[in-house]
Amino acid sequence: MALYIVKRLIGMVVVVFLVLTIAFVIVRLAPGDPAALMLGPDATPEDAAELRARLGLDRPIVTQYLTFIAHAVQGDLGQSIFFRQPVTQVLASRAEPTIFLSLFSLAIALIIATPIGIYAAYRRGSFLDQGAITVAMLAASIPSFWTGLMFQRYLATDLGWFPASGYGGPDAGFLARMGYLVLPSIVLGIVNSALILRFTRASMLDILDEDYIRTARSKGMRESRVVLRHALKNAAIPIITVVGLTYALLVSGAVVTERVFNIPGMGNLVVSAVLRRDYPVIQGTLIVVASLYVLINLVTDLLYLAVDKRVRY
Amino acid sequence: MASTTAIAEEPGFFTLLISRRAVLVALSVFVVIVALCVLAPLIAPADPARMSVRARLTPPGTDFLLGADAFGRDVFARLLHAGRVSLTIGLGVAALASAIGITIGLAAGFFRRLDAPLSRLVDAMMAFPDILLAIALVSILGGSIVNVVLALSIVYAPRIARIVRASTLVIRELPYVEAAVALGSSTFTIMTTHVLRNILSPIIVQATFIFAYAMLAEAGLSFLGVGIDPSTPSWGIMINEGRQYIDQAAFLILFPGIAISVSVLALQLIGDGLRDALDPRLAKDL
Repeated sequence: MALYIVKRLIGMVVVVFLVLTIAFVIVRLAPGDPAALMLGPDATPEDAAELRARLGLDRPIVTQYLTFIAHAVQGDLGQSIFFRQPVTQVLASRAEPTIFLSLFSLAIALIIATPIGIYAAYRRGSFLDQGAITVAMLAASIPSFWTGLMFQRYLATDLGWFPASGYGGPDAGFLARMGYLVLPSIVLGIVNSALILRFTRASMLDILDEDYIRTARSKGMRESRVVLRHALKNAAIPIITVVGLTYALLVSGAVVTERVFNIPGMGNLVVSAVLRRDYPVIQGTLIVVASLYVLINLVTDLLYLAVDKRVRY
Repeated sequence: MASTTAIAEEPGFFTLLISRRAVLVALSVFVVIVALCVLAPLIAPADPARMSVRARLTPPGTDFLLGADAFGRDVFARLLHAGRVSLTIGLGVAALASAIGITIGLAAGFFRRLDAPLSRLVDAMMAFPDILLAIALVSILGGSIVNVVLALSIVYAPRIARIVRASTLVIRELPYVEAAVALGSSTFTIMTTHVLRNILSPIIVQATFIFAYAMLAEAGLSFLGVGIDPSTPSWGIMINEGRQYIDQAAFLILFPGIAISVSVLALQLIGDGLRDALDPRLAKDL
């Protein structure tokens, strides 16, 4: 198992290195002078030359690449052109709402999807099963920003059940800030519940056909115990996989949801960075989010070992 | 004289595809949506860009079937013309992502030396959340329809590449490929005639899903204001423009939202149906 973990860590380092390379290449794909693009049409050639020198864009591409990699592995993702602060500092200041929005959404998605997925599998082919699949597919088909706008209009503005937008201002306490995340988390949770529901149902269907389930039933074990104790425990591995996979969906969803609800998180930051042509921030966000994805996948793989003792690498 | 036979014929692909009622309905709905959008100039002859101050925010009714937007433009005409853009982008991404993904996947699956580097590259590409990578690419390339298609194709190509690589690894070892090698067929012929032809089913299924995801992603990009030029209506742009007037005229975002959702739902159901019809082994109780 130690060998497996070492192999996975080496694989992770390779993928993170490629992530850094892709992030480097993306900014260099810009047609023309990236410095002139970042500064906009009003910039003078002198301004562009100054920015090129500041960002090291006037050096040979190989030198730029090596410097970029060397800085990135030390946690230096460059300077934001708009904020005039290190990118890591800008990202850290916007991380709180995005992290909590993602965590709350994941919790809501699991609360919605797991029991429905289990019950749909248990009542395979029933009206509820068909309904659950249809609703899950529908939830995955509706753009999250559209659901967000509708919920904001009717549940927040009309009924006043939730704050409509924002994050409570600079003086708001932690709980007040979290209150602003409730409605966005529900929206994102519903969208992400679709995938988890389908996976939970599919893995439960596999397990419910197993011999040991039949044996448990033939021993006279209570049905709730058979389903929750025997079946769910064994269906947990695929569910853990999909929870790892939903990270990418959660981040994608958070980008648009933060925009709908005007939450000052990393998603809102990256969209603003695009409009301001603040490429170091776009690049830094890509690196941080993708590296986290790689890390989460590693953790997911290792969690297999903890959940199912039969899994050996 | 024709002899009668008692042997039941295997149901054809199309019969299998439409044997599920949900797939039949989805296919019909999608055909209607495509027809409406293609025939937009005949069905909704009003100029989708023509403004009228007096018609501003007119609710749906006899004058304007689906109402008029903040500039007095006919929402029905805009919805159909916007659908052309959204569907074109979805189709374009499905085609280009498939082409890129097939090339990478075949190369990785067929040439052992390329497998590790290409597979790691695909892993790294898939580490980026789709909308975030698309935002970054569009911000760099610029917001034209071609660039959005290119950016989203780069985002979704790794999904195809992974499937093609896995299938190629299996097919490569089969006796008929060995026979083709022994007969002196060129590598290109083996890859296209013997391998690609036999792995088309999962590619078609995945391309259908990518069509749907690309439509959602394009709507997301347009909603965020980082997609195509706002002067070209797409369903995402219509929602973005309508959100300012959501309190007075919720219909402005209602109709494009329904259009996206119904199209994406139909495509997902068609994808499921294609999977079942093309390869029943892939139909995993869903």
